[in-house]
Amino acid sequence: MVVTIIFLVAAAIAVVFAVLTVVPRDPTKNVLSLVIMSFAMAAVFAILGMDFLAAIQIIVYSGAVLVLFLFVIMLLKIRRIEALGSGRPVQALLGALVAAGIGGMMLVVAGLLLPLQGAVLPGAVETGTAFPIGRALLSTHLFAFEFITLLLVAAIVGAVYLGKGEEE
Amino acid sequence: MIPVEAVPIPYTWVLALSAVLFAVGTLGVLLRRNGIAIFLSLEIMLNSANLAFAAFAFRFASDHATAAAALDGQVFIFFVIAVAAAEAAVGLALFIVLFRCKGSIDVERANILRW
Repeated sequence: MVVTIIFLVAAAIAVVFAVLTVVPRDPTKNVLSLVIMSFAMAAVFAILGMDFLAAIQIIVYSGAVLVLFLFVIMLLKIRRIEALGSGRPVQALLGALVAAGIGGMMLVVAGLLLPLQGAVLPGAVETGTAFPIGRALLSTHLFAFEFITLLLVAAIVGAVYLGKGEEE
Repeated sequence: MIPVEAVPIPYTWVLALSAVLFAVGTLGVLLRRNGIAIFLSLEIMLNSANLAFAAFAFRFASDHATAAAALDGQVFIFFVIAVAAAEAAVGLALFIVLFRCKGSIDVERANILRW
């Protein structure tokens, strides 16, 4: 019961701050709303028994990625951005329709899956801690894991190269 | 750690939350013209996709027969987070370059390749 309430509160916080990430015209507010949204997501992960992912979510999203966003916003001195869908009423309406359509479609699918709710067995397995995930990363998914490190190195080199600018 | 059997939440609730967040992110990506704002909305969409993975991983974690699938789902979320971090680094560097060229990160002004 308590867990259900915590989930609903976290879900409400996630939705409200997702909207606050999209709507306000001050980019700093948008980024800080995204921080709170990712904290709420970490809470949802923790409720679902995924402790490792909750920690990763806070470290990577609320930490690294959001600092990067704030840094760029302050570097480029972006104080105000245009209002949501300003100056293009038709496109704004179409965009809102498409977003509502996609969201509604996914909600319908979630509703269709509701009767298929599996019986939760008493002997459920603990899969969310760092130990089983780390073992899976370094055995079954070793190639993908190594490849992701390669991708990160490429991304860092690319970002440094792009940010460096023209040679004088 | 909360044992899975003690969590009385249908996994479809998590899917529904994921759907709502995805719709909000889509709205931002479609209606914003500022590059940073589009990127933030993209992060919301990636988060909601992660949540869909988490929902099914949670569903499969309740049974020994499908526990491997639950683990794979969480590993995939890990990879998505890593790719999102790489994407944010490169994307923001691109916006810095765009700002240097155009003096703005309004994506409508990046129109050299448009005819």
